[in-house]
Order: sequence, then C-alpha cells, then structure tokens
Amino acid sequence: MNDETILPSYLEQSEAVRSRFDRIKQREVILEVRNLCKRFAAKGGDVEALRDINFKVHRREFICVIGPSGCGKSTLVRTLAGLEQHSSGDVLLDGKPVQGSGQDRGMVFQGYSLFPWLTVKKNVMFGPEMNGRGGDEAERDARLWLELVGLEKFADAYPHQLSGGMRQRVAIARALVNQPRILLMDEPFGALDAMTRAKMQAHLLDIWRNIDITVLFITHDLDEAIFLADRILVLKAHPGEVQEVIEVPVPRPRSAVSFSSPEFRTTKARLEELIHPATVQESAEEQVIKPHMIRFTNVTDNVE
Amino acid sequence: MGKTSKWFAVRAELNTRERTIFGIGSFLLPILLWCIVSYTPFIWHPKVLVEDPGGVDYFQVGMLVDKSVFIDEFAKMQSQNLLVPRGEPANPIYLPAPHLVAKAFYTAFTTAPEQKDSPWLHESLWHSIKIIFWGFVISSLFGVPLGIISGTYATLGRLNEPFIEFFRYLPAPAFGALAVAVLGIYDGPKIAIIVIGTFFQQVLIVANTTRKLDATVLEAALTLGTRGPRLLTRVVVPGILPDLFRDQRILLGWAWTYLIVAELIGTSTGITWFITQQARYQHFDNVYAAIMMIGILGFGTDLLLARLGRRLFPWDRSLDRS
Repeated sequence: MNDETILPSYLEQSEAVRSRFDRIKQREVILEVRNLCKRFAAKGGDVEALRDINFKVHRREFICVIGPSGCGKSTLVRTLAGLEQHSSGDVLLDGKPVQGSGQDRGMVFQGYSLFPWLTVKKNVMFGPEMNGRGGDEAERDARLWLELVGLEKFADAYPHQLSGGMRQRVAIARALVNQPRILLMDEPFGALDAMTRAKMQAHLLDIWRNIDITVLFITHDLDEAIFLADRILVLKAHPGEVQEVIEVPVPRPRSAVSFSSPEFRTTKARLEELIHPATVQESAEEQVIKPHMIRFTNVTDNVE
Repeated sequence: MGKTSKWFAVRAELNTRERTIFGIGSFLLPILLWCIVSYTPFIWHPKVLVEDPGGVDYFQVGMLVDKSVFIDEFAKMQSQNLLVPRGEPANPIYLPAPHLVAKAFYTAFTTAPEQKDSPWLHESLWHSIKIIFWGFVISSLFGVPLGIISGTYATLGRLNEPFIEFFRYLPAPAFGALAVAVLGIYDGPKIAIIVIGTFFQQVLIVANTTRKLDATVLEAALTLGTRGPRLLTRVVVPGILPDLFRDQRILLGWAWTYLIVAELIGTSTGITWFITQQARYQHFDNVYAAIMMIGILGFGTDLLLARLGRRLFPWDRSLDRS
C-alpha cells in the first residue's frame, strides 16, 4: 500500500522512545572509547584496521556494532575484551583504562568456546573459581544460571552432547555468572539456524531486561541489530571508522510484530543505505561482458 | 553394485565386522605366505635335510646341505655303487617352519639357559621392559613439560626448538661409546640411548600439539579472568590431554624401536642378549619367537593404550578411528 513514500525518517522518535533515551543518557558511562586506532603491519605497509573510534556506552544499554565484512567489528570487540592491543587511543571501563583481558569484560564467541573436558556445570563454575569465589558458592551460582538459561537438566552433560543453541546458552551463562561490567558478544548467533537464532534473540533480551548487564553485540545481520539494540554503531571498512551512531526508534518491548513496523523499516532502509550503497554506473566495457543466456530448451517447455 | 566394487569405492567406509575380518586377514596373509614357503616342497626349499647319509662320509643325520651338493654326492654314490644318501627338501636354517616357531614360544620359556648363571627368557624380557620403561619415563619427565611450555610461549619455543630440531638429526646409537664412558657398562647407557632417541622428538611433537589447541578456548578462559600459570594448568593441559595421550602412545612405539640398539651398548642384556645367543647356537626358531614377542608386547601395549584413550576422553572425536 502506502509503503516506501510515507516512511518516517529514522531520526523521528515517539515521545516514549525519546524519554527512554533521555533516561539512558542519565545513567553512568560504563565503557568509553576515545580515539581508538589499531594498525598492524602487512605486506606493502601498515594496514589501518580501526581509525579514530569514539563512542560511549551507558549502563544497561544494548549496543550493536554493525558493518560490512572486513570493517573491523571483530577487531574492535577483541580490543575491548583485551585479547588484542590497540595502537593508540583509550578504552576506559568505569573511567579506568583497561589492561589486557579480565573478568570485568565477559565475552561470548561465535564458535565453540566451551571447555570440552568439563561438564556444563563445571564450565559455568570456571569463571568464579578463577576469581576466588570457589566451592559451594560457585556451584550454587552455576546451578542458578543454568536454571535461568533453561539447562538445569544438562548440568552434568558434556558440551559435545549439546546442540549449537544450547552451547551458546551455556556460554552466555558462563560469562554472566562471573558478574562482568559489560558483556561483549562477537556474532554469537551467527552459526545457528534461523529458528534457533530467533529464540536466542528473545532469550537474550529476556536476560538483559532482568539483570543489570550492559551488552555490546557484534553482528552483520541488519534485522538482528535493529531488533536487539538501543543504539547501533555503524562501521565502514578500509579503514574501520564510525560511519554513524543510530538511535533505534522502534519502541520497546519488541516482538515479532516489530519487524514490520514503520520505524523498523525506515531504520533498516537507512542501514542498507549505509552498508550497501547503490552501485556505481557500470562502465561501457562491463556492460558488454554481462552474462546472457541462450535458450537451449524446446520452445514449448517453459518453467515460468 | 557388486560387493567387490563396493569395497573398492574410493574412500569407502567399512563396518565393524568388515574391519575385524580384514584386520585379521592382515595377519593371516603373511602367515599364509610363510606356511606356503615352509610346507610345500616344490616352492623354494634350496637345501636338503639329510636323513640317511648312505655312503657319503661327511654327511650326518640332520645336516642341511645345498641341493646341488646333495645331487652331486647322490650321483657319485650311484656311480660308485655305494649306498645312496636320502634326504628331504628343506628350507635354510634361518627360515624355520611356523609350527617350530610356535613351539619355541613355549619351549623358550621352559628351557634352562645354556650357561648356568645366565638369565632365563622371562628375566631377559623383564629386563628389557624395565629399560624401555625408565627410558621413556625419564624422557617424558623432561620432554613433556618442555614441549608444553615451548608450545604455549612463543619466546621459549623459539629459544628451544631450533637447537632441538638440530639435535634430533644426531643418531642416538652414535652416542653409545660416550654413554658408556659417562654411565658405565650396565643399564645406564642403555637407558640413556632410549632417552636420547625419544626426548628430542618428544619436545617437538608435544610443542606442536600444544600449539594446535583451539585459540578460542584459550581466549574464553582469558575473558573469564584466568591469568598466568592457571592458564597453563587449568586450560592448556586439560585441553591437549587427549592429543598428548595419543602422542605419548606413538612416541612409546618409537622408543621400542631403539630397544635393540640400546641393549647392544655396554654389556649385552635383555631380549637382545637372548636373540644374539640363540642366533649363535643357530636356534633360529627361538630368534623368531623372541622377535615376535617384542612385537606382540609393543603392539599389544599400543592397542590397550588406544582403547584406554577412547575411554578416558569421550569428547575427542579424533580418537575415534586411530
């Protein structure tokens, strides 16, 4: 019907959404990234993976980082986690610069990151044990978190006996039982099928709604980013820079219905503009060598 | 598709029954070949076992002579109208028939040694096993930790490995005389040769296995707050344990191959002593039996360890068919 022409601008926010963002901005800043640069040496000179990244994350915010392949999303989140060293700039957690990796920045990875030699429960207990909260307390917390993610029956199973979605739930429980200040997630649902992914997204929002956790979520899926995030950090590639920070106008709580709302569609249109810009006019030579099929079948044998 | 083309399909998978049958066949084939060569008189059999010397003065019962010599003597006796020798075609003494070797398996243990104070076979065998055991344990005591550390920390790895790579090419037996000078003539140099033969490979292989540990598992541990030595003891070592077990099993097999060489250094002891003694007395059936005993011991240990590995590490898929 009246689709494309009367979509509101993605910058327009309803009263509820606007006041919600105001409340968020009142909260303290958990993570601050200032002038972050990451260069590494490669054949033919230095490659700038990240250039001058600046942003702030408030407490209990849900931030998504999105961008085309090779824009440095993974590098950014790994630098925040302390797994990689940045070349210049500051990463401040609660105002203090971060040193290497630690329990204050928990992380959920895309691939298989559970410890295969430990049971599910022992996997979840690993963090507290490493941080001196051992024994009964760790076991109690682990059982609690397993119940929260719905896997209490699998406490004594091994990771290789679980499905992909279950493993990611254990990974989330393992990261959260450690009470990190911020949860970093590097495309955690990328390897899951569409249905499991949808369930995990709802589950993640449920967790985020009910505990004091700030989430920074990397993804390449536009729908996922808009569905989950308060704000979306759009990166561009070569070099990795912040293209835009979009405040998602879709009202909360969100559900499957949100996907078709006008706010959702306009935000998605804006993201597509940023990430997949319209292609340039092809040159004359490229047009000539465009592939074209000759008909090989019988004149009456049609499929369409 | 007929049965045969199914078996020859590229990368075909065999079921358990087929695997067992072909596995047993793998051993039956050489034994079958051996039986054919031993028991069919028209295949090979270049010698003749003299049963009745006849008129030939230097023939004795039970002697093995070349076929050509026997034929000559036979013709000579015939032409001189003397008693002709009688004999059966036989294989040379160094190829005893399978049933003789099988009997030797038993008699080798029950026959008293030729010299009064020499060890019995089971004592020799036990001595050999002890040498291998201590050689491997000493090598592993230093080799495994060094390998794990070299594999985890790039600086230490780079410091250790080039020299170890070089040293690996120095053949262990070459150190025989040196080992005797340093450690005496008894068990010391033998164990040393096994250590030298195993240690350098061990460090490199264990370092390699350690490096193959999935980086994501290590990074997950880091983001959970693991630091320093705990990373090694609580993440790296448990993570590589299945592969380390497999590596140790393979290295133990290699250590076995150094056994014979090691036992020839200094005083002759163990199973090698038994083999050289029996060869000197021309009891080749005992020699074959002893060599096979070493093989059975080594192979049997390997199979048991493989099965143990599958039991201990149920999460490691790669152990499924090794």
